Amino acid sequence: MPNPAALELAALTKRYGSTTAVDAIDLKIAAGTYCCLLGPSGCGKSSTLRMIAGHEAASEGDIILGSQNVTDLAPARRGTAMMFQSYALFPHLSVLDNVAFALKMRGVDKKTRRAKAGELLDLVAMTPYAGRLPAQLSGGQQQRVALARALITEPQILLLDEPLSALDPFLRIKMRAELKRLQRELGISFIHVTHGQEEAMALADLVVLMNGGRIEQMGSPREVFNAPRTEFVARFIGGHNVIATDTAKIAIRADKLQLVPGSAMDGARGGIAATVTDVEYQGTFVQVSARTAAGEDLIAHVGEAVFDARPLQVSESVTALWDAAQSHTLS
Amino acid sequence: MALVFLVFFILPLVFVVVVSFWDYNDYEMIPTFTTRGYTDSFEGCLAQLPELCTILKTYVQTLKFCAIVWAATLTIGFTVAYFLAFEVKSREWQIILSLICTIPFWTSNVIRMIAWIPLLGRNGLVNSFLQAIGLIDQPLEWLLYSQFSVILALVHLFTFFMVVPIFNSMIRIDRALIEAAYDAGASGWQTLWNVIIPLCKPGIVIGSIFVITIVMGDFVTVGVMGGQQIASAGKIIQTRLDALQFPAAAANAVILLGVTFLIIAALTKLVDIRKEL
Repeated sequence: MPNPAALELAALTKRYGSTTAVDAIDLKIAAGTYCCLLGPSGCGKSSTLRMIAGHEAASEGDIILGSQNVTDLAPARRGTAMMFQSYALFPHLSVLDNVAFALKMRGVDKKTRRAKAGELLDLVAMTPYAGRLPAQLSGGQQQRVALARALITEPQILLLDEPLSALDPFLRIKMRAELKRLQRELGISFIHVTHGQEEAMALADLVVLMNGGRIEQMGSPREVFNAPRTEFVARFIGGHNVIATDTAKIAIRADKLQLVPGSAMDGARGGIAATVTDVEYQGTFVQVSARTAAGEDLIAHVGEAVFDARPLQVSESVTALWDAAQSHTLS
Repeated sequence: MALVFLVFFILPLVFVVVVSFWDYNDYEMIPTFTTRGYTDSFEGCLAQLPELCTILKTYVQTLKFCAIVWAATLTIGFTVAYFLAFEVKSREWQIILSLICTIPFWTSNVIRMIAWIPLLGRNGLVNSFLQAIGLIDQPLEWLLYSQFSVILALVHLFTFFMVVPIFNSMIRIDRALIEAAYDAGASGWQTLWNVIIPLCKPGIVIGSIFVITIVMGDFVTVGVMGGQQIASAGKIIQTRLDALQFPAAAANAVILLGVTFLIIAALTKLVDIRKEL
């Protein structure tokens, strides 16, 4: 089966004319890592992935896979394989022949390549559908076939371009668990491009948050979520309040922000006066939105029991309080 | 829709079939049932076998034209369509170049054919040029009023009918499929053979039907470019019509229709056109 290798990007740059899509990024991904490239559309994450895959030429910089500089190699010679956003299954070929395609291109004889494709279909539990055409499969099934097709070349790294975006929310959660399981079983690195922070948090060993062609922050999901470095990260990752204080902007997790009824100030901990604008029941917690006098929107996730003890009403005056240890100064 | 189809297609066809079984003499049709229209055309053919009689030779000749023109229009049409769909990147240029392809259709078929004559004639441009550069000392006789000129004109006239449906199939191919093939290590030719051609099959079949049906029935091009010296299936019908032998003409039309229909039936076996449209 595939042999894992580390990936290193060194000052990788992509320019389209005068615009710079990817701006000299440096990134090391250890072998066997589930890495998510996360960011809003146009942040350069897809260009980065396509450069790693070899479908876009790098303007500058190097891509080193294992011990080899693969920057100028053709996609199939890099040891990478790509799973496309819309899966890009060949509509005229059966599931089995789709999976066997790469081996056919290498001139592997029919019997051998079909046997190998059969093994991969087994891996993604699609054996019963081997004879079908892609159009006869559901989105989730198509994705599994696309996975099997990408894996048949035994890549050292699998590149996934927004693999879950075409699926409905229920299937998305199911398939992401499967991606994670597969990555663990194969032991190779997956590089997964997504704009969904929830998806990245659930899957990644390493989250790489990109903005404007640069890496804004990277680390484990916990590191990024608990210590966002910039306002962009705090806002993009969600679940944070960004509050401007006298000295700097700070981030406070929504579940660490307290909203106390009344405008009484608790001098010891600081606080901001605000007015409740919305109360949403979310099951395990209640999401209370409030607006400060300065017009900043705050969100507090209040435990159900805490909320029940003293329910807040819309347009009620409150004071937002937080523990200084829970706040992070943003750069 | 059904009415239009009935009045302009089914009824005339039924009428042709009915007339093909009528009797005739030198100046009128006689509405009695006979297969004379068919047997007259093939008179003595069985006896002559394995030598081909004139009418069979004519059909073989027409099929040969058809096969050569089909192969040439397919090759050229596919190449042009490929260039338009994959090499021309901007949508505007694709539209502009497609429109340029239609320019020959701004004049009539006959004019486009006649345009070849000053080019290919004994003292035409091609012969004069080749003589001037000393490549030949005698004018090439086979350039005009020959099978060559007929095929050349037919290819010139009908390649566009191949380009349009194939181009239409090609622009519908998801570009991610080409990338996926490349990702799987396919070379340019492998991608062409394994991905693009199979996905263009509907366009190829539709274009082939256009070209084959037109060439099988053509008698004007064969007449003009062949210097009225080359026979074709369409020409037989025209000759019979000129002789006022309508039932015999109808009988030949039915035979031609049958042959063409068989070719198309074979082609449609290759691809389910209704599904693809």
